[in-house]
Order: sequence, then structure tokens, then C-alpha cells
Amino acid sequence: MLEILDTFGVALLIGQYPHGPLGGLAMTLILSASALLLAFPLAVLVGIGRTAPLQPVARVAALYTNAIRGLPILLVVFWSYYAVPALLGKSVNAVAVMLIALVIYESAYLGEIVRAGILALPKGQDEAARALGLGYWLSLRKVVLPQALRNMSPSMLNEFVVVVKNTSVAYVIGVNELTNQAYQVNSQLLSKPFEVYSLLAILYFVLCYLLSAAVRMIERRLTASSRHATVTAGASLSAV
Amino acid sequence: MQTLLLSSPDYQTLLLHGLGLTARLFVVSWILAMLLACLLAGLRSAGGAWVRALVAGFVEYHRNVPGLVQIFVWYFGIPQLLPSGIQGWINRHDSEFLLSCVALTLYAAAYMSEDLRSGLRSVGPGQREAALAIGLSRLQTLRLVLLPQALRAAVPPLVNQTLALFKATSLAMTVGVAELMNATIRMETETFRTFEVFTIASGCYLLVSWTIMAVGAYASRRIALARA
Repeated sequence: MLEILDTFGVALLIGQYPHGPLGGLAMTLILSASALLLAFPLAVLVGIGRTAPLQPVARVAALYTNAIRGLPILLVVFWSYYAVPALLGKSVNAVAVMLIALVIYESAYLGEIVRAGILALPKGQDEAARALGLGYWLSLRKVVLPQALRNMSPSMLNEFVVVVKNTSVAYVIGVNELTNQAYQVNSQLLSKPFEVYSLLAILYFVLCYLLSAAVRMIERRLTASSRHATVTAGASLSAV
Repeated sequence: MQTLLLSSPDYQTLLLHGLGLTARLFVVSWILAMLLACLLAGLRSAGGAWVRALVAGFVEYHRNVPGLVQIFVWYFGIPQLLPSGIQGWINRHDSEFLLSCVALTLYAAAYMSEDLRSGLRSVGPGQREAALAIGLSRLQTLRLVLLPQALRAAVPPLVNQTLALFKATSLAMTVGVAELMNATIRMETETFRTFEVFTIASGCYLLVSWTIMAVGAYASRRIALARA
């Protein structure tokens, strides 16, 4: 296994870069991070829609979420692979296709997290904001969302690990990420599938394990600092 | 106006065959995963330190490695380690299905055992002590007091995991199991009627997924404590 790492380690990390396209682990990370960042605003919209007081809006948002949650990521990727070029009328890079699929898929799951965050906030927050004369949107923007988003940031970061694992599916449409790179290494060596795929599993394991550990650390920091925040809020209140 | 794809008997057979394999993959791995999950949860709460660490390692591996990679390891990797007699036996017995099934079972069992374990942990220690104190045996305590309460907490995540397992069966297409996703891609390459084919596939997946969600919601409601 070590000699495989010796020969193909760089390819597994960054693909053919700088003599060719970027790939490997770097591609996996770039895909995951951009998917999560792009899915975030959509997810906030989905979450607002899910909790909207207007029934039709809430129903449409629920239908969207349940439809996406009911489909395998593989099918969403194939939809995107065939539908995006057809809709745009030109061929689209496989990385972009995968990114679009991931954003659509994640917006539904992140949307559920946003919804849970909004619902978990004590009702009094919104009621107090309304009583002070803020409208629905102003209360959402100034009172509900800032608190809800903060409370759910650990779950959102956890979703990063999920996205990293989902990017492995990009292999089926030929995106040069980590899984695909390992697949190519395996077809070059032919005789060592166990070593190659164990190495692949170990790479993912280390990556996801470290990411989860980082998320746990951030989570602890957040809870610690929010306690601090409530204390300072209380102090400033008594000073008034 | 073209005729509908599904009016062709060939494609009906292909689709039904794919659906059947998806169902078999799902049901077989679900049952095996559930059994293994109970065993793992039991070992994790009752076993010695070494056993617990082993189970924890098993769970961490399956949670931190993509399902697709787990299938690759089992399908491409593991047979290399087996003696040629067993390799031959696997190859004669539909190796794609068999090895994907093993991978999916272990994958789902790891998650389900965690759901069961957190369910068991949600029952306070006083429950067990009280049950033992009023003279129930250890088995009675588990069966009549602890499990009913633990399951109440574990059912919603187990339903989610069931849905995830159903969707994960599609990953088996990458190693050549002719399940629904595989049949879909074959129909697409043969007919080029992309939208029609994917709409049919989406309909099939949604039908099963929504059934799982509905049954899960019903089950969660049934076992939920009546709100005071």
C-alpha cells in the first residue's frame, strides 16, 4: 500500500495538476465546499418557505424537500447530467454538472436544518418582535434568522462531511475527484484492487474523521461563547 | 406522437426486473442490517472494553467512508484476499448482488446500531433500577421496560436510516447489479428518451421513498406518548 502511495500519492491528492486538470482529494474538497456555500442561500429560502404562514408556499416547499429527499443522489446527478445541457442548449463541464446536482440535493437537506432551527426558537422571540411592530420579514431577518442560524451552525457544518461523502458519486459522470482518481490508479495497476480501495477508504476516513472532530470543536466553542454572549447581554441589561 | 416507452413489453420487463432487484437488495440488507445492529448495540452496551472499542471502530469506519467506496472495497477488493475456492463460489453465485448486499448491510447496520444505542441511552438509569427493584428479571426488565421506551426514541432515526438504505441500493449499479438505476441507464442509452426514462425512474423511487416516509410517520405517531 505504501508503494502505491509513493507512486500515486500526488495524483490522489491533486490529480494531474499543474500539468493537467486539478483532481483527486483537492477536487473533492473544492466541490464539497462550493456546493455547501452555494446551497446555503437556497436552503435558507427553503427553510423560510417550509415555515411560511402562507399554506401554498409551505406546501410547495414541502413538496420540493420531500421530492429531493426521496431520490437517490445518483439519480439527481444523472438528471443534472442530462437535463442541464438540454436546458442550456450547450455542453456543460462535468464538474459544473456535479456542483449543480449537489447544490440541489443539499438545499433540501440543509433546508430541513434551517426549518428545524426556526421551529426550535422559542415562540416568544417572534411574538415579541411582532408586538414591537416589526412585520413578518423584518422579524424574520432581524430576530428569528440570526438566532436560528447561529444555533444550527453545528448541524450545518456536519453537513459538510455528508457532502464530502456524496461527492464520491461524481465518479459516475467522470469528474476527476478522489474516487475516480483511485479508480484510474486501480485500472493502471490491475492486480492490487484491495490495496488501492483500502487506501481510498483510509483517505476518506481520515478526511471525514478530522472534519467531524473540527466540527465538534467549533460546536464547543460556539456553546461556550453563546453562554458568554447571554452573560454580557444580561450585564448590559442590568447596567441600563 | 411517439408511443410511450412503457408500452413496449421489452422495457416493461427490464424495468420490472430492475425494480425486483432493487427490492431484493433493499429487503435482504435491511433485515440483515437490523439483526446485526441489535447485536452491535448489545455488544456496545454490555461487552468488555475491547469489544466496545471494536464496535466503535466498526461504526466510525462506516460513518466516515462514502457508501460507494464501501461497495468498491467489497466488490473489487475483498475477493482478492479470499482463497480461490471461496472466490469461485462467490463468482458462481451472482457476486455483484452478493457483495453489494454485504456492503449495504454493514453500512446500514453501523448507523442503525447507533440509533438503537442512543435510544437505549435515552431511557434513564432509574427505569432499570426500579424495574429490578420491583422484582422483574433482567430479561423482563429489558423486554417490558427498557426496550419499549428505547424503541420509541429510536423509531424516527431508524425510519430515516431505512430510507437512506433504500436510496443507497442505487449505488450497486456501479458494480453492475442490474437494479432500477442500472435498468434506467440502459433504457436511456438504448432509446435516448432521457426525460421520459428519468421521469419513470424518479416516479418509481419516489413511490417507495414516500411509502417509507408515510409508514414511518404513522409508526412514530402510533408509538408517541399521548400529549398531556
